[in-house]
Amino acid sequence: MPNGPVIEARDLRRTYKTTTGVIRRKPLEVEAVRGISFAVEQGELFGLLGPNGAGKTTTIKMLITLLLPTSGEARVLGHDVVADAREVRKRIGYVFGGDRGLYERLSALDNLRYFAELYGVSGKAQRTRIDEVLELVGLKGREQERVEGFSRGMRQRLHIARGILHDPEVVFLDEPTIGVDPVGARELRTMISGLIEAGKTVLLTTHYMFEADSLCDRIAVIANGQIVGEGTPEALKAGVAEGHVTEIEVFGVGEPVVERLRGLAGVTSVAVEERDQKQLLVVQTTGERELTAPLLAELDGLEVGRVTSREPTLEDAYVALVGTE
Amino acid sequence: MRTLRLLALGWLFHFRMLSQSAFDGFLAILWPLFFATVAFFMFRSGHSVGGLGPVALGAAVMGVWTATSVSASSALQRERRLGTLELLVAAPSNLATMLLSVCLATSTIGLYCIVATLIWARLLFGIHVPVAHPVSFILGIVGIVITIGSLGFLMAVAFVRSRRAWALGAVSEYPIWLVCGFLVPITLLPGWVRPISWVLGPTWGMRAIRAGAFGGNGLPDVAMCLLLAAVYIGAGVLLLDTVLDSARKHATLSLT
Repeated sequence: MPNGPVIEARDLRRTYKTTTGVIRRKPLEVEAVRGISFAVEQGELFGLLGPNGAGKTTTIKMLITLLLPTSGEARVLGHDVVADAREVRKRIGYVFGGDRGLYERLSALDNLRYFAELYGVSGKAQRTRIDEVLELVGLKGREQERVEGFSRGMRQRLHIARGILHDPEVVFLDEPTIGVDPVGARELRTMISGLIEAGKTVLLTTHYMFEADSLCDRIAVIANGQIVGEGTPEALKAGVAEGHVTEIEVFGVGEPVVERLRGLAGVTSVAVEERDQKQLLVVQTTGERELTAPLLAELDGLEVGRVTSREPTLEDAYVALVGTE
Repeated sequence: MRTLRLLALGWLFHFRMLSQSAFDGFLAILWPLFFATVAFFMFRSGHSVGGLGPVALGAAVMGVWTATSVSASSALQRERRLGTLELLVAAPSNLATMLLSVCLATSTIGLYCIVATLIWARLLFGIHVPVAHPVSFILGIVGIVITIGSLGFLMAVAFVRSRRAWALGAVSEYPIWLVCGFLVPITLLPGWVRPISWVLGPTWGMRAIRAGAFGGNGLPDVAMCLLLAAVYIGAGVLLLDTVLDSARKHATLSLT
């Protein structure tokens, strides 16, 4: 085990080159990751939290050697992800969310045997190890079934089994609970906690606040390819703890009104959540003064429903951080 | 040793996967028979000088090539669609071995084409293919399956880089039939085409099979066939690192 962080990214950047247009194609550059730096220590569960398109998957793919960084440097267990890609691959496990990544026509056991071979698990050790991981992910007894008949949750558990077959030191989980029902997602989160108890270092990407809050030791909030906040879930919440959150149900609010609310003194962010016929305005304030009356004054003429005030959550911290980008 | 084990188990894994789909299997049964039927009618109505035996063998090998060139590209395309191509690349094992096992599995499916075409020719058209030297004949078949699988591997390297490279498999299907002399002797082709035929392993494999069937020494042709297979594998392995770096640079691995 090298001294220093298990995962380290320094000023990591990634630009995608593409084209627009059909006949006259114009080159287009998209900066997916714009100079991010972070470090993950041994045995830590580190979360990359951000909205869709923030650069989470691009970051993870650079760290697991599937993408070359445009610039910057990244190391996993002391090995450079560009120069020592093979050494990195031997020591990591990678699990991503969704339906893909499995040979559907074959059984779960066939899939695990094949990947055990690809990851150099010896023939002798394969049977024991496959039994262990099947037990761990709760698929024991279902291993002879074809994957095409598996539910999303079962597939995801099989993904995790595949990712840890070779007992890697570091596990990368890219939105592992996406699309999984609440009970299945809870079971997956228990499994992820189990990885930490087993001594693994885990990097998890997610856009679910409660998942990051309940699982992660530390979180980096990523938006538009940049880290906009980093710390423990408590520290991030504390960043907005001085303030208050006022939630206002309103019907038919337009962008000009929302902009006016944002311009009020003491308002740090305003988010709009669509809820059927109505919208929910989530207004974060500094808390130095009572702003309910001025907020309602700006909504004069609109039909206003319930108004509530509460303490900030991690989600509010996230919205405040991402909303400033 | 580990490479051989991975190659063997990879071959078995992909062979089983290719054999799982009843629909694919049905097409694989019919496909070579259509080619063979068209070839038999064409040559019979043209009063083929050498008889229809060489045509039957040519039609049989056409099926192997089609099964490999098209299937190898679609196999890699399937890896992209399933999202497993990235997992294969992210694994610490040698990607070349994994790709070769996929291509050898597809060309093994092609073995069926040889058997089916010859039975079809016998039952429906009464074409009897003699086997003058059984050992040479079988070695020729093994050689052509290996060389076609290896050529498929060289093409598969391109499929790793670009999702559109599947077209390479489709485009190369008919020209190879022609240039490698499956149905028409390469001596009938323009002089400038012949060097292209010589660097293509299936040309020598076809010669070896015909020598095994109709008499003659096919062993030098088998040797040439295997030598070219080794060249294709070597070239593929050398190219793969460059291609893979390019795919990682241009983010093409996850494209479907």
